Amino acid sequence: MIEVKNLRKTFHLKSGDVVALDGVSFSIEDGTVYGVIGYSGAGKSSLVRCMNLLEIPDEGTISIGDYQGIEARNGVPYYQGKPMTARQQNQMRRGIGMIFQHFNLLERSTVYDNIAYPLKYTGRSKAEISSRVCELLELVDLRDKIDAFPSQLSGGQKQRVAIARALAASPKILLSDEATSALDPDATESILTLLKDLNRKLGITIVIITHEMAVIKTIADRVAVMEDGKIVEEGTVYDIFSDPQATITRRFIASASPLGKIDKMIERNSSLTQVKPGEVLVKTTFLKDCVGEHILTTMAQRFHIDLNIILANVEYLHGNPLGGTIGILSGPQENLEAGIRFLEENHVRTEVLKDGRVD
Amino acid sequence: MAEWIKSIAPYLYTYRAKFFAACSATFQMFYKAGLIAFVIGLCFGILLVITKKGGIRQNAVIYQVTNLVINVFRSIPFIILLIFLIPLTRAVVGTAINVKGAILPLVFGTVPFYSRQVEVALSGVEEGKIEAARSMGSGTLGLIFRVYLHEALPDLIRVTTVTAISLIGLTTMAGAVGAGGIGSFAINYGQNQNHSDIVNVCVIVLLAVTFVLQSIGNSLSKRTTNRSLFQVRRGNGGTEI
Repeated sequence: MIEVKNLRKTFHLKSGDVVALDGVSFSIEDGTVYGVIGYSGAGKSSLVRCMNLLEIPDEGTISIGDYQGIEARNGVPYYQGKPMTARQQNQMRRGIGMIFQHFNLLERSTVYDNIAYPLKYTGRSKAEISSRVCELLELVDLRDKIDAFPSQLSGGQKQRVAIARALAASPKILLSDEATSALDPDATESILTLLKDLNRKLGITIVIITHEMAVIKTIADRVAVMEDGKIVEEGTVYDIFSDPQATITRRFIASASPLGKIDKMIERNSSLTQVKPGEVLVKTTFLKDCVGEHILTTMAQRFHIDLNIILANVEYLHGNPLGGTIGILSGPQENLEAGIRFLEENHVRTEVLKDGRVD
Repeated sequence: MAEWIKSIAPYLYTYRAKFFAACSATFQMFYKAGLIAFVIGLCFGILLVITKKGGIRQNAVIYQVTNLVINVFRSIPFIILLIFLIPLTRAVVGTAINVKGAILPLVFGTVPFYSRQVEVALSGVEEGKIEAARSMGSGTLGLIFRVYLHEALPDLIRVTTVTAISLIGLTTMAGAVGAGGIGSFAINYGQNQNHSDIVNVCVIVLLAVTFVLQSIGNSLSKRTTNRSLFQVRRGNGGTEI
């Protein structure tokens, strides 16, 4: 289990102090994929760098891998009551793999030598290193590129090499800092699939930092939303997607869902979103237990409501369906109210986006 | 051959023994001062990169002091430095004249320039590679040898070539402390005695040396870009052949 408690980090720049982490706490179960999402400057990169002490937090405690209860005080990390030596910090980092947005491979080393880099710290013989590298290349499906230089590889292949390198010393934890942000959609998908596979096959815990909700949706089990150095919302991906609380979370979800288009449409006053007096523009969310039931039709028939659907979508999050529709309801006012009440009684979350009723 | 040289460069032929001695003196100054300056300059360059702000062993005091010393020595013209250092040279090597007396000032004249060049070459290594290596548990030495020097090798070869050529230039001034060499030969036997053939041949020799150094540097630098200098080929099984 990874546990981070009350992490604080301030950067003192010439232009003033920047609070990157403002009391961040969370814990991650072994073997899960944990996503951290936020806009740039939210502090997520600082967070992941503090987790393997590339950046030393000002205050807070970190328990990660074999190092339980590292305590930072005034920018100095303490382990078992003593300041951590450089050697201890290096030792700790060797137990945590990390991949980056720009891959950071050594340009003058072949794929083989790049992957062998961390193995030199494991005290293995040349032959053992060689067989381990081949094993890793098999794992990331790049066997034929063993003697290639990074400049001869595509972005996706470079990231695969970086993943193999990060996993070389068999860490239990992999930190991913915007690992797919520099990749095209195809490469992004293949890297995410690979990460998910590795998570299943090796049981490795993955902490994934991103600004794309689609990435979270694809592979994360749980997600934390960061803003201004704080975690504003945390939970399972399904819960966060079906019932976002914070404004920023809603914005992230809108960016990853076809239903998110509606905000833009309303803003631009699209003809589809015009409501006549007495009509309401409604967003409904169907959770896993009621997707696929004909609740909307039942409501329309029972309460004599006309239903004009503008957008509809069903997506699967870890096999659980999450549905949503946006449409205009029209009918007598008391019928509309009864209809909406009926939806809510049936656990369909209803949100009025635009209201043409007169009170 | 001898006749031909006699016809086109009669004075050079007359003073040929002096000429060969001058070439030998230049060569000795070049490789002795060069080797020492290479090692010291490399160390200073590395020191600058790792101690500067944001470096892997940030240390404002060491950085500022090194920086200041380098700047001071860089701004003294070599011919002045040569004379200025006479007491120090005498204290260190026992004499301030001849080839022996020229080595120390040549090192002082080369190291500041070379350190700066090394600093620039190493600064070209991307921050991200350093960070990745740190995340894999590399310490200071690992970062210097396995990342900085390794990744910057083509650039290091390039700046070493430039420095070597500038060192050849400095050796021509060493005649001022009686070290001889091609420069002083050209002045004493060529210019001062009005033997223009000697001056011309000295220029050609220096040009040729510069050209050869530059070509070697360019070729090495090209061959090390994206390649290991001593690359081991591997078969499919990952075993080394």
